[in-house]
Amino acid sequence: MSAGLDAFRAETRAWLEANCPPEMREPVRSDADVCWGGRHFAPSSPAQQQWLERMGERGWTVPDWPQAYGGGGLSPAETKVLREEMAAIRARNPLNSFGISMLGPALLKYGSEEQKLEHLPKIARGEIRWCQGYSEPNAGSDLAALATSAVSDGDNYIVNGQKVWTSYADKADWIFCLVRTSKESKQGGISFVLFDMETPGVSTKPILLISGYSPFCETFFDNVRVPKANRVYEENKGWEVAKYLLGHEREMISGMGLRSGGGNPLIEGAIATVGLDSNGRLADPLLRAQIALFEVRAKAFAAMSERFIDELKAGKAHPAQPSMMKYVGTELNKARSELIMAAGGSDALEWESERSNGGTDARAWLRTKANSIEGGTSEIQLNVIAKRILELPGA
Amino acid sequence: MPLYLNDEQSMLRDTARDYVAENLPVSHMRALRDADDATGFSREAWKAFAEMGFTGVMIGENQGGLGLGHVEAGVVLEEIGRNLSPSPFLTTAVAAVAALEGSAQADRWFAGIIAGDTVAALAIDEGAKHEASVGLKAERSGNGFRLTGSKQFVTHGHVADLLIVAARTAGSADDEAGVTLFAIPKDAAGLSASAQRLTDASLAARLDFQGVEVDADAVIGEVDAGRVPLNRLLRAGRVGASAELLGVGGGAMDMAVGYLKERKQFGALIGSFQALQHRAAHLYSELEVARAAVLKAQQLLDHGSDEADAAVSVAKAMTDMAATLAVQEGVQMHGGIGMTDEYDIGFYMKRARVLSEMFGDANFHADRLAVAAGY
Repeated sequence: MSAGLDAFRAETRAWLEANCPPEMREPVRSDADVCWGGRHFAPSSPAQQQWLERMGERGWTVPDWPQAYGGGGLSPAETKVLREEMAAIRARNPLNSFGISMLGPALLKYGSEEQKLEHLPKIARGEIRWCQGYSEPNAGSDLAALATSAVSDGDNYIVNGQKVWTSYADKADWIFCLVRTSKESKQGGISFVLFDMETPGVSTKPILLISGYSPFCETFFDNVRVPKANRVYEENKGWEVAKYLLGHEREMISGMGLRSGGGNPLIEGAIATVGLDSNGRLADPLLRAQIALFEVRAKAFAAMSERFIDELKAGKAHPAQPSMMKYVGTELNKARSELIMAAGGSDALEWESERSNGGTDARAWLRTKANSIEGGTSEIQLNVIAKRILELPGA
Repeated sequence: MPLYLNDEQSMLRDTARDYVAENLPVSHMRALRDADDATGFSREAWKAFAEMGFTGVMIGENQGGLGLGHVEAGVVLEEIGRNLSPSPFLTTAVAAVAALEGSAQADRWFAGIIAGDTVAALAIDEGAKHEASVGLKAERSGNGFRLTGSKQFVTHGHVADLLIVAARTAGSADDEAGVTLFAIPKDAAGLSASAQRLTDASLAARLDFQGVEVDADAVIGEVDAGRVPLNRLLRAGRVGASAELLGVGGGAMDMAVGYLKERKQFGALIGSFQALQHRAAHLYSELEVARAAVLKAQQLLDHGSDEADAAVSVAKAMTDMAATLAVQEGVQMHGGIGMTDEYDIGFYMKRARVLSEMFGDANFHADRLAVAAGY
C-alpha cells in the first residue's frame, strides 16, 4: 500500500466524518430515503440535500469521472478507498441515478465533447434525472427488433413510437432512447438519441405492477422533434452504444445481489419469527440450513463484486463478464427475498398493515421478480456467457 | 489491494501451470494408481518439486524459504488440482508449515520441507465427518506426554516423516481450551498406521495411538493452547483445499466445454444446444464466484485480518458447491464415455469428493458461519 494512498484514506475519512450528516448514515428504510435528484427533486430532509450538495461539489457522486465533467478525478485505487471509507461509516449513496450508472459511462466513451460538457456535470450534481427508452412492446429480449422511428427532417429527427418498462419515465427530465433510423439492417439501423421529456409529443403512463407500485411506464412519442445534435455517436451505430450501456446497466443490477447498510434483515427477521433454541441456533433447522447456505453464496458474491470492479478498472475483466454478474446477482436477490418471505411467515403476508410496514417485504419480494427480466433476462445472460465467454458454437 | 493476482503472482501461476502440467499430469496419477503404488505419490517428483522452490513458498526468507503467502500457495495448489497431481504439498508445505511457523519446532522441520526430504501429515479428524472437537488423549508422563486414541482420514499418514497431531490435554472433547498440538516424528513407539486406498486412489491412514510417548518439546506452541497453531493449520488447510478444488472444478469444466465443442449428435455440435449452453454458463458463473471467494480469503489471511476466518469458511463452502457442480456436469455432459475408467473426467469427480470432505464440507462451514453470526 503506497504512502500516498494511506494519506488519501486519512483525508477522506476525516472529510466524510466532518461532512456526512448523521441521518445519512442510517439504513435506507423507504423510497423517500433514496435521492434521485432531478428538476422535481423534493429532498425528504435537509440532510439529504446537504449530503448531495457536499458530495456533488467534490465530484464524489461520480468519483472516477474526470474533473472537467464534474467528476472527482480519482484513480481506481482512490475510488476504492472512498467506497471502503463510505461503507465503514455506512454512508448512504448520495445520489442514485441512471445518469451515473448507465448514460454517463456511454457518454464518456461515445459522446461528443459538447455532449459531455453539457450533460455530465448535471448528472454529477443530480440536476437532471434520466430515464432509459429501450424496450418496446415487440422488442424485449429481442431488443434490436425495436420499431420506434426517427425520420430525418433537416437538422432534426421526427420520432414516433412507443417504449415500455421505462423506469420512472413519469419522474425523469430527459431520456436516452434507441430509435430506428434505417430499416435496411436490424442492428445497423438503430441510433442513440437524447431528448427532454418536456418536448411536445412525449407522454407517459405508469404501469401498475404485481407489487402494487408503478416504477415503470409506457412512454409514447407522437411527432417528437429531436435535434440531430442530440444523437450520440454515428447514425445507425447506436446499437454499439446501446450494448456498451447495457454492460453498465447489468453491472448496476447485479449490485442488487449485494446487501447494503447495517444488520442482516434476513437473519434478524428469521430470529424474530422463529426464535433461537437453547443452543442459540435458529429453532427451525431446515430454514436455518437454507439461510446458512444462501449466506455463503451471498458472501462469495460480495467478493466477486469486489473482484469484478477491480478487474474492470484495471481493464482485466472479460467484456461479457457483466452478464455473469447480472445473472448471479439477480438470482441471489430473488433467492434472498424468497427466504425473507419464508422467514416472515404470515406476518409478512399482510399487505397494508403497520406490523408489516405496508407490506414492505412482500412488495420487495414481488419487485425482485423483475430483476432477472429487466436489463436482459437471465436466459439472455446465459446465452451471452455461453457464446462470448465459453465460445460455444452459435445457434 | 485489488482482488486479482498481481504481476509476480501471475508469473508464479504461469510457472506452476507449465511445471505441473508437464511433470505431474493426470497420466502420472493414473500410472501410480495402475501400479498400485503404496506410497500415494512419487518421492522423486516431490524432490524435483522442491528443487523448483515450491515447497518453501510459505516459509520465511530468513529460514530459507520464499517468504510468500496463501495467495501464492493457492496458485500452486490450483494447478495441482487441475492436474489431479498426487502431492504432499497441501499437508506439508501449506498446512504443516502454517502450524509450525513461529514455533520452536520450525527450525527442526523447515529445512527438510524446503529440501523435499520431509513429508508431513495432519492427524486431526477422529470421526467420518470433520468436526471441531478433539478427543484423542494426551496425558502427562515423565518429561513429556503419553497419547492414546485414534485418528482417521490422515492423508500420507502411513509414510509421513512428521505427524501434526491434535490432542486433548484438559477438559472434554468439545471444549475450546485444553487442546495441545504435537509434532511427532515417524516411527514413534505405540503408533500404528493402516493405509486405506480412497475413492480417488489417494492413500489416507487410520492411526492408532496406543500410549505413544513423546517429549515435552514435541509440543507446538503452548500446552492447552493448541487451538492457536491448530487454527492456523486449519485456515491454511481449508483455504488451500479450496484452491485445489478450484483447479479440480476448473479442469472438469474445461474438459466438459471442450467436449461440447467437438462432439456431434443430430448432425450438430452438442455445444450448440441451448439446454447445454445454459448449464455450462451457469457452471462458469459458479466457479467465477468461488474463485473470488478463495482469493478474498487468501488475501485476508496474508494480511492477518480478523475477517479472514469467516472468509475462509465462505471459500471452502463455496468451492465445495461449485466444484461439485463442475464434476457432476462434467460427467453428465460427456455422456457414456464419462462413465468409463479410461476417460479422465471421472477422476475429477472422485478427487472433488475427497477434497470436499477434507477440513469440512459446505454444510460444516455454512453451519460454522451461522453460529458465528448468532443463529
